[in-house]
Amino acid sequence: MQINVLEYLEQIVDKLPDKTAYANEEMGYTFRQVYDYSRSIGTLLIEKGLSKEPIVVFMSKHPREIVTFYGVIYSGNYYVPIDEEMPRLRIELIFENLKPRAVICDNETSKLLDHLPFDGEVLLYDMMILQNPKDNLLQEQRERQLDTDPIYVVFTSGSTGVPKGVVACHRSVIDYVDTLSDILRVKHDTVFGIQVPLYVDACLKELYPTLKYGATAYIIPKNLFLFPLQLLEFLNEHKINTVCWVVSALTMISAFGALEKVTPRYFHTVAFGSEVFPIKQYYLWKKHLPKARFINLYGPTEATGMSCYYEVDREFAPEETIPIGKPFKNKEIILLDENNQIPKCGEEGEICIRGTGLTLGYYNNLEKTNEVFVQNPMNHSYPELIYRTGDIGKYNKHGELMFVSRKDNQIKHMGHRIELGEIESATNQIDGIKSACAIFEQVKKKIILYYVGELTNAQIALKLKEKLPRYMIPNIIECLKEMPLTSNGKINRALLKERYSNK
Amino acid sequence: MEIILEILNGLHPEVDFETCRTLIDDKIIDSFDIVSIISDINDEFDITIPVEEIVPKNFNSAKALYAMVERLMEE
Repeated sequence: MQINVLEYLEQIVDKLPDKTAYANEEMGYTFRQVYDYSRSIGTLLIEKGLSKEPIVVFMSKHPREIVTFYGVIYSGNYYVPIDEEMPRLRIELIFENLKPRAVICDNETSKLLDHLPFDGEVLLYDMMILQNPKDNLLQEQRERQLDTDPIYVVFTSGSTGVPKGVVACHRSVIDYVDTLSDILRVKHDTVFGIQVPLYVDACLKELYPTLKYGATAYIIPKNLFLFPLQLLEFLNEHKINTVCWVVSALTMISAFGALEKVTPRYFHTVAFGSEVFPIKQYYLWKKHLPKARFINLYGPTEATGMSCYYEVDREFAPEETIPIGKPFKNKEIILLDENNQIPKCGEEGEICIRGTGLTLGYYNNLEKTNEVFVQNPMNHSYPELIYRTGDIGKYNKHGELMFVSRKDNQIKHMGHRIELGEIESATNQIDGIKSACAIFEQVKKKIILYYVGELTNAQIALKLKEKLPRYMIPNIIECLKEMPLTSNGKINRALLKERYSNK
Repeated sequence: MEIILEILNGLHPEVDFETCRTLIDDKIIDSFDIVSIISDINDEFDITIPVEEIVPKNFNSAKALYAMVERLMEE
């Protein structure tokens, strides 16, 4: 029985040592290199006396970063990826939560670390991979590891302004990788094109199936997602045939008419998620890739990667929505109404998830964990957790799950999960701001920030950039004389939304 | 040119678009911005920017954007 994700790597390195595992536009690592370097990193961390603790991986998006993840797992620690472009104040909040003793950097990011209040050990990737791997140390460490031990912590937006770190273990990742690979039909000739950042759980889709099947994964340069034709040429040059992208990356290509000029001719599996795929854009893709499989994926980070899927198998009218379908094998979806009861068929309820795929909860935050990882209300006989997603769903007439809306003010913007409360909290902390409210305009997909205060829009934008990742920066900032309130004294969001759409 | 600057300032009020020549190279505008800029330009000038024009050199500065718009309006 597999109990450690590294068993994928250890099995494939014997079969395909010289095949390229992870690459970018200028270099690539073979499975042998991934194996050797990650064992070097693992050995060095063990020798440093670091064990069962968070190791921050603060590196540029590069195959080196992936190797480092595995190195951290070899050492019996868990990796916490931090993006090089994350603003300083956000990194500080994350460090406060983690209290890490070691950070792994590459040559570029090590310079950025100087500006942070961190007095632990800074380790350089280039130095770490020179370490001689020590079989006995790695073996001893392996024997102590259980499949319930964590392998990573990834941070997601928190409504009070403090990011939450989701902790996942070997078991839930193995469960996910095995079922996802079946759905995507990953094989040794699969060539992934990675669009998603490596600091979110979305990249599990490419990283681990590549190990399991001896596939190859290319990290696509971020800049190409601004320029559709160059992107398509890159995809063809590297014969990329399988992608799991956020919807906005796919629609950027189709909406500008790029598919009329260049077809990504190797594509046979197109998985998408995070947002609704507009039917019109879907058909543009379908027209150019009539034989490809199109798969909608849905799932919160808290249940490890994705939890539901739907392979498009029928025609859709323009006003219809593509379903999120049915749960992955070994996961169950339970809809619960306000009284914690299962609603009648076709009625709405909160999407709750049950199964091995549930993560361990939020790092150093038992309070938030206990709010959403709760006892299954249908089970009164023994402890059994479910995760309450906060998403509202219902079943359609085909028995497929449909996403309806959110219970709270969480949004999806350019594939990122954002709590509007975090934007408001960051704004309210700026001197001179009296009140702030962020709303999301669904049609044009814009974050709009309303504020009352003495500052200019430019001053606010600058201050927010110190605190928030750029995908959370409002697209429109507007000053108000006073904030509209509801009869019970809360900010009237509905009125603000109306105000924008009537403009 | 005024309209171009207005579109850009609406996206990033803190950037000096009159002088900046490295909007792409310095990652000042991202993929969301590109989509907004193109749709705003298409609406304001009643043109359709063809996909061949969506290349870094046309988006690195307000001036370059304006030159592209002028060229497309003449055609």
